[in-house]
Formats: sequence, C-alpha cells, structure tokens
Amino acid sequence: MSFYDEYLAYSDAMLTAALVETTGEQVLKIIGKERLTPMDFLALLSPAAEAHLELMAQKAYALTVQHFGRVILLYTPMYLSDYCTNQCTYCGFNATNTFTRKQLTMVEVAREAQNIAATGLKHILILTGDAPKIAGISYIKDCVKILKKYFSSIAIEVYAMEREEYASLIEAGVDSMTLYQETYNSQIYDTLHVKGPKKDYSYRLDAPERACKAGMRSVNVGALLGLDNWRKDGFFTGVHADYLQNKYSEIEISISLPRIRPTMGNYDEPLQVTDKNMVQFMTAFRLFMPRAGITLSTRERAEFRNHAIKLGITKMSAGVNTAVGGHSDNQENSGQFAISDTRNVKEMCEAIYKLGYQPIYKDWQML
Amino acid sequence: MSDQFIIGGKSLTSRLFIGTGKYSTDALIPEIIKKSGSQVITVALRRVDFNSSTGNVMNHIPKAMQLLPNTSGARNAQEAIRIARLAKAAGYGNWIKIEVISDNKYLLPDGYETIKATEVLAGEGFVVLPYISPDLMVAKKLVEVGAAAVMPLGAPIGTNRGLKTKELLKILIEEISLPVIVDAGIGKPSDACEAMEMGAAACLLNTAIASANAPAVMAEAFGLAVAAGRKAYLAGLGSSQQYANASSPLTGFLDD
Repeated sequence: MSFYDEYLAYSDAMLTAALVETTGEQVLKIIGKERLTPMDFLALLSPAAEAHLELMAQKAYALTVQHFGRVILLYTPMYLSDYCTNQCTYCGFNATNTFTRKQLTMVEVAREAQNIAATGLKHILILTGDAPKIAGISYIKDCVKILKKYFSSIAIEVYAMEREEYASLIEAGVDSMTLYQETYNSQIYDTLHVKGPKKDYSYRLDAPERACKAGMRSVNVGALLGLDNWRKDGFFTGVHADYLQNKYSEIEISISLPRIRPTMGNYDEPLQVTDKNMVQFMTAFRLFMPRAGITLSTRERAEFRNHAIKLGITKMSAGVNTAVGGHSDNQENSGQFAISDTRNVKEMCEAIYKLGYQPIYKDWQML
Repeated sequence: MSDQFIIGGKSLTSRLFIGTGKYSTDALIPEIIKKSGSQVITVALRRVDFNSSTGNVMNHIPKAMQLLPNTSGARNAQEAIRIARLAKAAGYGNWIKIEVISDNKYLLPDGYETIKATEVLAGEGFVVLPYISPDLMVAKKLVEVGAAAVMPLGAPIGTNRGLKTKELLKILIEEISLPVIVDAGIGKPSDACEAMEMGAAACLLNTAIASANAPAVMAEAFGLAVAAGRKAYLAGLGSSQQYANASSPLTGFLDD
C-alpha cells in the first residue's frame, strides 16, 4: 500500500460535491474541534469556509505560536544544474527551452557556498533539473561533500529517485528532501508533463515515501498551486503529508505552498489562486496538522510573506536566486522561475524581528 | 527550614528550570532568567551555532547559569549520544537532558532508546536528566543505569495542558529515589505549584513562559508558584476529605 491507493479513494466528483455542499455551520463546528479528519480539512478548504477565515487565522496563529514559538527558520536554495530531460510546460528548465545550460563545477559550488554562508545561513536546499546522466547521484554527492563544510543541514530538491539512491545521499550528508507533485490531478499531470521521466505520475507520487523509507530526517511535499483547482491540490497535499506522518512518525513531515510564477516557458494559463485562497490553505492545513512545518518561498511578495508569518508559516527562504551560479555572479541569468520577494538575508531578518518574531539560522546539526 | 536540592553535585536554591526556545528574540532571555530566579536553563543543541558568535543563544545566558543542553531532534539513542558528546566537546559542560522522540505527531518520548542513551552517557560521566513518559518501570531502569533525576511529562510537550498525568506522577514521586522533575505540559503557575505540592523536586517549562503575552512577568509568576508549592509541600498539607463528618448516619447506631 502506498499513498497512491489512498489517492484513488478520493474521486474528483466526490471532492467537488463535498466542497460545494459544505455549509458555514459545519465549518464553525470543525474550527472548534481539537482533531480534524481529512474530510474536516476538505471542508475548511471549501468556498463556505471563506466567510470564517479570520477565525481560522486566529486559531492557526495560536497553534503555531504554541508548537513552534515566534520563530521563522531561514534557508536559501542553491541551483546546481539546469540541465533537464523533461518537458514540463510550466517550468523554465523545460528541455525544449533554448538557453545556455549550466552546471556548477566543484570550484563554483564552493564559491556559491562561501557567498551564502557569509550571510549566516546554515540550512541549504540544493536543486537540479532531471538529468541523471549529467547531474546524477555521484555529482550531487560530490557537491554535498563540499557543502557539508559550510552548512549544518542540507536538503535536496531534485528528480524522483529510488530508495537506495536516497539512502546513499543520506549517507553522504543530506538530511532533508523536498519533492512537489506539481498537481495531484493525474489527468492534468499527464497533459502538463509532455515528455521525460517525470511523466510517470505514480513513480513521483511515491518518491517522498521512498525517501522516508531510506531514513531522511525531514520530507516536504507540495503542489504547484494554479495547475489545478487549488482546493483539490491543497487537499491532496494535506492528506499526503498526513499519510506520511502517520506511517513514518519519526520523520518531520512538512509542506510548501508554491504558487505558480511566470517562467520563460509557454505555460500562460494558470488557474487563479488569490492571496485569500493562499491564506485559506495555510490556515486550514495548520488546523489539520498543528505540528507540521509550512514553507513559503520568495515566489510570494514581501508584503504577503510578512502577513503570512502570523498565519502558520514556519520556514522561509531569503536571499534567493533561482539561476545556476546566481549567488556568485549577478549577470542576467535565466532562473527556474521569477521570484517576487527580493529581500536579502539581512533585510529578511530585520523584517522578521519587526514583526515580533525571531529568524533562526540553524535548526539541525549534522551528526 | 533547610531544603537542599542537589543534582550532579550542584546545590540549587531555585527549583524552576527554564528553556530557551520559542522566544521572539533571544534578547529576552536574561530578563526571563532574572525574573524567574531560575539557575538551570536548557538549550537545544540543534539550534546552537558552534562556529558563530553572532546570533548565538549562548551569548544571552549568564555564566552563572547551570547549562542543561538537550538532545532535541534525536530519534534514537545513537543520535542522542552523538549530540551529548558534541555538547561536551563544545564546552557546554557535562549535564545533558536526554530527549529522544521518534513520534513527531504527539512528541512523546521513546523510553527504550532513552534508557540506552542514559546508560552510555552516565557511564561517560555525564549528569543525565532523561525526559520520559511517567512510566514507573522506565523510571526504575533509569535509576539503575545511572540517571541523576527523572523528568516525566505532565502533558504532551508544548500543550500547556497541566498535570494530565497526575496519578502516574504521584506514583513516580512515591517510588523513585531520584529527584522527579516535572517536564512538559505545565501551562499555568498553578500547575507548577500543584506539582511542587505533590512533592516533585522541580519543574522544567518553556512554552508557558515563551508564549505568554508578557514572558518576563510570567517567568516571575512561575518562580513564585514553584517556591510556594515547595513551601506547602514542606509544611505538610492538611488532609482533605470529601464528606463532612458532623454526624454519623452509618455508624451512629453503635453509640445508641
């Protein structure tokens, strides 16, 4: 049994019906509950729940302060390679996009690491495209070997792998993994992923579980909001996290809420996801999984991120550049997507303190 | 009245242990320490940057405080042991709070792994204070393997729910020869006071202070509550009775 079986238990028609039929009265009752079922979580994602957003926000705030305190963990992504064999219509690294691809040499990795470490950050997220023959396990391991000298926690956001491959990266020093399903709607998924290994929906869906089985310390899932109805993708993100947390209680399970941003790709028809929708998703999830981390990236505007700090977010990126080598040279480069919040680490820290919160640089010590 | 409290050879006058997590700024910590009167402070090693002096929580802890590094984040005995050794190597003394949690849903401690870690670290000369569920058999094993105290939870960590495990805590206090320090779950000064009245040796808490609107004021309130509870315990509480005994409806006939 994997999450795919649980996914199949929820038909699209059933979700649509439940979202439409939820009443405000039901929502109020659920907000008052101590423990929520997956169907309660779905009700909080319904249009009817929008009328009670302030109440959801207040509870989300109280739960987050209680379980996490007034702190925000900071990290930054480092793009190692933008070679990619996939054709994902919404992504800047799409194999059909013509631009000069780049992969960092070990000297460049060290230079990027030095520049990031100089800002004080201790948590790094490394990213590659999906090109195992160029940026495969051994390349990533070589990078990790260098990064270990500069950072106390190394996370990967790379292509979906086998359990043994995750295990070998853990052995090398990786402790966390992030993998977005992009959309949980398998039909839309099939349309958007034109070609490449990523086209295999269920192989990707079960990758976070393979990372859990391999012994990763923390595993982060998410959907690229705007590819399908955010209420459904939000729901599946939550039940995916819940499934993993129930099955692998020793692992810290968290979610991200990436909202689609313009890229150099040709995907120009995202479904609308408003700020209000984002707030509904993050607060509903906090009520559903009070102890799970929530990450919000620089895809979001500075002003929105400032507000979100009090709505359940526990981890944020800062000083971000989504281009390979972007932390070392400032030349115009083609990133994976356009960021919104351009604040550097120092500016981000000042903003967090101003909101009555403390930025945290380190929350794990490599053992 | 002489009321010595000695752990790991150190004599303490305050029976309130405090934490360092969840504050909006570490700069609050000196005031929390001062107002609470606490002499022991726990620090999560996972949060301490050994290589940097800036942004380091250690900068805010006065030298006179007894440091109690904790192994937060450890999922098994092996990880707890490694963290403890790192703390010692970094110069943070030989006290260690063992926290082994392999359950991220409720954050309940793993008794078996905690016993294993305690045995190894006590053998290496650490003053080991293990965080446990109030389980008598686990506590007894910890006494056997050399713990310096046992730290049972009053309620799941971070919940501020008070002494939900009261009946089990009473048994530990009764049966365990080591100091019993109630750790986790204490939400209000009255909870801490009650634990001390029951005979707990001390209380350790963090969330209740850190999540208060005025943390320093709450720290002072907890300091007073712990001291009051201890004093009441030493004074000997009068027995309380559920039924009034002005007349004897059941046995009065014996006097007729």
